[in-house]
Formats: sequence, structure tokens, C-alpha cells
Amino acid sequence: MDDFIFYALAAGLGVTIVAGPLGSFILWRRMSFFGDTLAHASLLGVALGLLLGVSDLTVGVVIVCVGAAAFLVVLQNRTRLGNDALLGILSHGTLAVGLVAISFMDNVRLDLIGFLFGDILSVTMTDLAWIYATVGITVIILSKIWRPLLSMTIHEDLARAEGIQVTRLNLLFMIMIALVVAAAMKVVGILLIAALLIVPASAARHYAKTPEQMAGMAVVIGAFSVVGGLALSLAYDTPAGPSIVVIALVLFLISALMPDVSRQHQ
Amino acid sequence: MLDTAKFLIEAQGVSVKADGRMIIDHVDLTVSPSEIVTLIGPNGAGKTTLIKSVLGLRKLTAGSVHIRPHTVIGYMPQRLTVDPNLPLTVRRFIGLAGKMAKGKRQSVLDEVGVLPIVDSSIHDISGGEMQRVLLARALLRDPDLLVLDEPAQAVDINGQAELYQLISAIRAERGCGVLMVSHDLHLVMSATDKVLCLNNHLCCVGHPEAVSKDPNYVELFGPQVADSLALYHHHHDHEHAVDGHIVPGGSDDEASHEGHQHG
Repeated sequence: MDDFIFYALAAGLGVTIVAGPLGSFILWRRMSFFGDTLAHASLLGVALGLLLGVSDLTVGVVIVCVGAAAFLVVLQNRTRLGNDALLGILSHGTLAVGLVAISFMDNVRLDLIGFLFGDILSVTMTDLAWIYATVGITVIILSKIWRPLLSMTIHEDLARAEGIQVTRLNLLFMIMIALVVAAAMKVVGILLIAALLIVPASAARHYAKTPEQMAGMAVVIGAFSVVGGLALSLAYDTPAGPSIVVIALVLFLISALMPDVSRQHQ
Repeated sequence: MLDTAKFLIEAQGVSVKADGRMIIDHVDLTVSPSEIVTLIGPNGAGKTTLIKSVLGLRKLTAGSVHIRPHTVIGYMPQRLTVDPNLPLTVRRFIGLAGKMAKGKRQSVLDEVGVLPIVDSSIHDISGGEMQRVLLARALLRDPDLLVLDEPAQAVDINGQAELYQLISAIRAERGCGVLMVSHDLHLVMSATDKVLCLNNHLCCVGHPEAVSKDPNYVELFGPQVADSLALYHHHHDHEHAVDGHIVPGGSDDEASHEGHQHG
């Protein structure tokens, strides 16, 4: 097997390990539009990273994503607009600002298309190291806070009354999303990151009876999408990132046509 | 270690202001161990806001809330809808409250009547069943204080009386304090020690019977409601004729029942 295919597979599978459970939480918390917003904001993070001259783009992306999340909270408290309106504004606003910011950097050669649509076939060993560092950190955090995070997802006030540190968990959750966005940027690109989070988890909902089953199946469905998408891309020379999402979409449609397992009683 | 504080909750001058409107205006509230305190009041009176302030879920504009140290609180929120995207069984939902010995868990679930539905999806149970599930979850924390926000909503009339009896029994058995919100003084009357009648400010406080006769209470709920309550409570003073007329008598219970004994 060629090295670049192995790297691509390793990168894609690494991202799905964390995209499955985090994507499930995004669905449970009705935050799918929020995931999209952070993904779009990450282009601004790329610009910031280049401006600061940091070796990897993850740092800039995490800073901007957490900043965008904080800004959203400020806007929520200051306007009467609904959440969907604010997210729509932030999502496209940050993307536009990011595109403008990057256009100012003529001294840097930048593969804009690569950022927008992903460039999984050019993943390097360094990229892989970053992706798996992200996977490691996220898996550790998630396994430590799984139960309180689930409690708070079900009912925030109830969790708070039971002594759960809701604000701290929210911040950790945001940082994890930012990390996975930074990692997934290389795989499917900014415009399709949200799909990688949401589509496999949505397909998994159909088969799951517990939250853990849903998260686990989302990983499996995501992994199938990565393998299938890469195969499609190699066979027909289609763009790899969108091909992965297309396979995920097909798997979702199949699940939607299946009899609903999760609603059957024993 | 013995706790010296007299009250589980001691709230003084609690005020909450939102959008320029006083939702709660200088309300004092205490709950002692094994005391049942009921908040009543019309919609928008600030009952839920007061409960949330006590639990530290709402910022106070003024006043203070002291919870006795090391008090374990079991909270039952007014409404809880689990997002349909989240697959969850009743058992798992209850388990999230914390760890508890299995035998003890079984007995609590049995007591509250949740055992038959414990393996159902939380999306498939009725509103009344959900209330029992929430109560079970609160109880599994082995609380010193139960805070119940309209525990009987979505429960049918028979079930409501039963639920209040259950709460009363739980108090008697465990000695925990109870702070609850209710719409219906009728039903909670026998199961409550103290009633706070709230309409943004505190209208009247006291024993349920005294509150039901308080002019502030009558004014707030209208003479009809207040009157129906009086009728309900003093039904020994008179009887209803077949056509609904009130006829004197009944002060001597045994005598009046002799005339139409069943079976």
C-alpha cells in the first residue's frame, strides 16, 4: 500500500474515533448548527495561526473557536435574537472574515481549496501526530466527564442542583469540539466538518438503545465512511473529503429506511 | 457529627428582578428537617423562580439563602423532556443520579412504582410515569431535602392524591424536609405542615387551614376557589340533598350515615 493512502486512512479513522461521541453529544444538545459555526470560524483560526507564526494550525483554531463560543454567549445575553439567527450570523460572518483575513497574507502560499474541502491525501507524519494527540486528549477528557456531561445534557438545572460543575463542563466540551474541528479540517475541510460530526451520529441513532451504543456506532459508521470514501476517491478520482461525506450520507439514508430498532420493546 | 443549624433552608429577603419586573419581592422562607412546606400561587407568581433561587440556579437581586452544610438535595424540576435524539432507558436515567446499593435501589423503585417501566425507553413513558421516575431519581440520592416543582402535574386526580400521600410517607419514613410547589391546596392540605401563598410577594404564611381562610388568599384565588375549599374541608357541617341543595345536619357523623348504610 502506498504511504499516502495509509496516512489518509490513519488520519480519517483517528478523527472518527472522536467525531462519533462528540457528534452524538452535539445532536443530543441540539448544537449541530453550533458545530458548523465553529468549523467555519476555524478558517479565521488558520489566519491567526499564520499571523502568530505557530508551527501548527491547531493552536490558532482552538483559540478562535473558544473565542467564537464566548462571543456567542455574549450575544445571547445582549440581543433578543434567537439562537439560530445568532449562529447563522456567526457561522457565515466568521467564514467571511476568515476569507478576507487570508487574502491579506500574500507572502504566505496558502492552499485555500485545501482548507475548504480538505486534503486528506496529502496528510503528513506531523499531521498524523497532531491528530492522534488530539484523539488521545479528547478520549481522556471524555472518559473522565462522560457521566456528568450526559447528566447535564439531559437537564442542566437538575445537573447543577446535583452539584455538577456545569460551566466547567461546557468549557471542556467547547475545547474538545475545537480540537476535533482542527483535526478534521485536514480530512474533510472546513465546509464539511459538521457533516463528519453529525451524519454518522444521526445514522447511529437508529440502531442504538443507550447513549454509549449510539456513540460507538457513530464511530463504526464514520470509519466505514472514511474507508468507503477513500476507495471511491481512488477508484474514480473524486475529491476525497466530499466522497467520505457522500458515503456517510448513503449509510444514513440506509438507516432511515431500516425498521426502527431503538423503538422496539423487549 | 451533629448539625447545629435549625433549618435546612433559611432564606431571607429573597428578591429576583428580571426585565425591570420584580418576580420575587422580599420573600422569607424556612424549611426545617422533616417539615413539608408547600408553595402555592397563581401562574407567574414566582413559585419556580423562588425554588430555583433557593437551589442556587437563579441569581438573587437581593437577599440571602443559607442551606445547612452537608445537606444532600433531591431536586425534581418542573418539566424534563429528554431530547429524542438521545436513546435512554428509565434505568439508565435514574442511574445517572449517583451510585447506590442495588437492594436499596430496588426498594426505592418499588416504593415509587417505577419498577414495571424501568426497562422502557424514557421517550415511551407517560407524563405521570415521568413524574414518578423523577421522584425516584431524587430519592436515590438519599436526600436530606426534597425540592419538588409541581410533582403532581400531568398526573390524573386519583394519582395526584396518591402521589401526595407517597411524599408524606417518604417524609415520615426518612425524616427529610420537603419544599414543593403545588397549584392545588385541596390536595396538599393533609400532606403539608406549612403553606406559603406567593404572588410575587408573600401573601400569607401558615398552617394550611389558616391560609385557606386568610383574606389575602381568598382575594388571590377568588371567593369561589376559596369557598370550594372551605366546603371541602367543612363537609361535616352539612349534607347535600339529592338535588344539590345544602341541608343542615351532618354534625353528628354516625347518625347521618346510619340512614343509608351500604351493604
